[in-house]
Amino acid sequence: MEYEAVIGLEVHAQLQTRSKMFCRCSTQYAGAEPNTHICPVCAGFPGVLPVLNEYAVELAMRVGLALNCEIVSTNRFDRKHYPYPDLPKGYQISQYDLPLAVGGYLTIGHMGEERRIGIIRVHMEEDTGKLLHRRGDDGEVYSLLDLNRAGVPLLEIVSAPDLHSGAEARAYAQKLRQILRYIDASTGNMEEGALRVDANVSVRPRGSEELGPKVEIKNMNSFRSVERALDHEIARQLEVVRSGGRISQETRGWDEAAQVTLPQRRKEYADDYRYFPEPDLPPLVISDERRRQTQGNVAELPDARRDRLAEQYAISAYDAEVLTGSRDTADYFEAVVARLGDGVPPKLAANWITGDLFRLAKGEDGDLSGSKLSPDLMAELVGMVHGGEVNQGSARLLLEDAFRSGRSPRALARERGLLQVSDESQLSGAVRRAIEENPAAVEDYRGGKKQAIGFLIGQVMRQTRGTAKADVVRTLLERELAASD
Amino acid sequence: MDMRPDSRSLPDLSVRELRTLLDRREIGAVELARAYLDRIGEVDGRVRAYLTVTAELALEQAEEADRRLASGEAGALEGIPMALKDLISTRGIETTCGSRILRGYVPPYDATAYARLREAGAVLLGKLNMDEFAMGSSTENSAFAATANPWDLSTVPGGSSGGSAAAVAAGEAAFTLGSDTGGSVRQPAALCGVVGLKPTYGRVSRYGLIAFASSLDQIGPLTRTVEDCALVMNAISGLDPHDSTSSPVEVPDLTTALRDDLQGVRVGVPEEYFGEGLEPGVERAVREAIERLRALGAELVEVSLPSTKYALATYYIIAPAEASSNLARYDGVRYGYRSPDGEDLVENYLATREQGFGPEVKRRIMLGTYALSAGYYEAYYVKAQKVRTIVKSEFDRAFERCDLIATPTSPTVAFELGSRLDDPLAMYLSDTYTIPASMAGIPAISVPCGFSDGLPVGLQLIGRAFDEATILGAAHAYERSTDWARRRPELVSAG
Repeated sequence: MEYEAVIGLEVHAQLQTRSKMFCRCSTQYAGAEPNTHICPVCAGFPGVLPVLNEYAVELAMRVGLALNCEIVSTNRFDRKHYPYPDLPKGYQISQYDLPLAVGGYLTIGHMGEERRIGIIRVHMEEDTGKLLHRRGDDGEVYSLLDLNRAGVPLLEIVSAPDLHSGAEARAYAQKLRQILRYIDASTGNMEEGALRVDANVSVRPRGSEELGPKVEIKNMNSFRSVERALDHEIARQLEVVRSGGRISQETRGWDEAAQVTLPQRRKEYADDYRYFPEPDLPPLVISDERRRQTQGNVAELPDARRDRLAEQYAISAYDAEVLTGSRDTADYFEAVVARLGDGVPPKLAANWITGDLFRLAKGEDGDLSGSKLSPDLMAELVGMVHGGEVNQGSARLLLEDAFRSGRSPRALARERGLLQVSDESQLSGAVRRAIEENPAAVEDYRGGKKQAIGFLIGQVMRQTRGTAKADVVRTLLERELAASD
Repeated sequence: MDMRPDSRSLPDLSVRELRTLLDRREIGAVELARAYLDRIGEVDGRVRAYLTVTAELALEQAEEADRRLASGEAGALEGIPMALKDLISTRGIETTCGSRILRGYVPPYDATAYARLREAGAVLLGKLNMDEFAMGSSTENSAFAATANPWDLSTVPGGSSGGSAAAVAAGEAAFTLGSDTGGSVRQPAALCGVVGLKPTYGRVSRYGLIAFASSLDQIGPLTRTVEDCALVMNAISGLDPHDSTSSPVEVPDLTTALRDDLQGVRVGVPEEYFGEGLEPGVERAVREAIERLRALGAELVEVSLPSTKYALATYYIIAPAEASSNLARYDGVRYGYRSPDGEDLVENYLATREQGFGPEVKRRIMLGTYALSAGYYEAYYVKAQKVRTIVKSEFDRAFERCDLIATPTSPTVAFELGSRLDDPLAMYLSDTYTIPASMAGIPAISVPCGFSDGLPVGLQLIGRAFDEATILGAAHAYERSTDWARRRPELVSAG
């Protein structure tokens, strides 16, 4: 029998607000001492009340709209209860049966085709604190509690079970992050925990409508581990099913070192979160006006921008895809193009950006934060290449220099003598010397081996350290060889 | 005008009278604070209204008040000594909620209501006893002591704001704040012969009020006169950016609503509030009071609130459900009591809560946890919310025919200490008449309306949402037509 895997992802994304979800504490706790970004509200002291961060709602709505969801005009917060020290109130303020946004999709490109992946819901909730487990000198194990993260706004984005492989799941997660970043909703940094991906995986006979018992996979800390963990889990389940076994519904964790999923410790009691509507917050009513305003704040999304760039600037679909990998690089490209002189093709700029610049930047998704090459300087360099002022090799050197120094490529070229020489009077000496010093090649050329001129051109280039313009040199050589014939 | 026309000592005067004396510099705020501290010293050994007396702080605050009185910057309550139920957070002052689990807990911030009283110049005498986490109707559920009713020290002061009511009755504070979830201000006010108001839900900020049932809790004043109640309400009411459920509805100056007659006022009388369980002495006093309202010009209208009989049962789903959630935070990790017992986290949680909470609190946590559990949630919590909506709409319909509703506050007068401790149901019935207004979120006041067997009886006036003005106006007119507000328990007149 043929089987297929069915995967749904639950992604938690920290929203990029300055303050926490329900109090004014700063969210910039990275690297801070424990418990320095807390107040009575996020530490769950007696008598405190939550006050909703409206900017978190704005960002959450942007995400909902960017994922083509319907914004639920009257949505609501609920309390989700479970006892654990990282949850200061004993409950998490979340959204249960009336989430902020429902019923959307995002499009992934996979194996050359585009697929729509359904989004079931997008809801807001607060992050938890962190427990740090330690062992004292006496060997006793103890735990420390850091509440800096408690109350940071989180979005939970639940996909439909529309994914069928690790690669697809990875593509979905990456696309989701790209969108979150485009609309300034989240940094999406997985290593910092700003983006967390959990998955539900099951297998079923191909063509079946029913879902098999699902296994929840946690602890996938990078896109690569998402892909590997899910492929591993699918293979594991297929093996169980094909050998006549049954999949048990459970939670498994990805062991990065061993590259396997392992069952996580079973809870001693069934989950009963005892959800009920949060009485400390009135229902969240989103007016049409507010929804329209937020829609206006949703920047052009990656797919739309990719298509527009390809069309507007006559660049390849591939280049457009790469350039729109992040909003920063797309912005950079368009800024460079806006500064190009008349007649300089944007395609040339695209080549230099996606090629040499990205190679230098090395950051994933073309993170250009380490570059000092402003759009002005990049446009200058591309203009120089197009106008023949420098050759490819020199341009590459100049780009590297300007990338680090932030100086003008033209000034650098002048200093380093890399400007191409096309002035005949400056080149005639070198041409004559090449003819005089290479009688054999001259002999060959005159004897009909016209390709021998290539050698002579090379000699001239060497003498001028590559700055001579090759077509001018060829013309001069041809004229000189004909004249002294 | 002489503000001390009688032999009453300073602690027995009203806030209004004291303010006049302070304004005229006939007395100083420090002198006044001392008089109250003396009174506390004199009687609190018997009444046990206070859990904490902040004598030093009171004198400091009184000195500040004297300076402002002298410089003409006095606030509306400048120099008035008051005290707070021990679930209103006070920065730097232990706030126990009447519970062992919060013994030693010192809040790092002030409740909005306290901050507003301080802005108005009031002076804090201390923190008052209460049923643990405001769960109870006798103040006997306090983890620390049982407060006595100043009118008869062998009886309870009511609850859960028993300390707040007893302190006002015994002249141990010029006014106090309590909190009312199902009657916890009104019922003790009635049993102690003082005025107690539960404001409209959302009228007074809950920020810093340690939560029992979030959708019901309201802070309210306990005072010796209706006018004092209006003065205190003026100071503590209004929108608070820290409380998303506080209301932006404008707060009028409630002292302007006080009136001397009830011409043109329609008073609804619901027969459902005069049924089984109502003590004859209480019924007599309340019916006489309603007749007095008519004599003052009110038109009496029969109204019907048929779902009243379901309100109590419904309340005992919703309030414990919310309480089970609100009390989840008391795990001993960050503040308050932590048990030394238990081998791991779960065991330590269990030991801390087992040892930290009293029996009534545990009973309600269990009730509430059950009501919110998967499989029961729809049948209990959701259904209770539906009944709540019906209770509310019945009040709405009644208020189409009347401007306020008059009922008894409590079915009985103060009962003997210990007499209902083994019978939670009998205890719960104390709140039969106060719970419906709580469920509807509408304002209700208890005003003294006489005595039965020598113990005070309260008349409850229920109003429309955000219309505290009408019930205060009527309560004031009634109060002026009687001398109940001047009566003081023997304990004090002898003292």
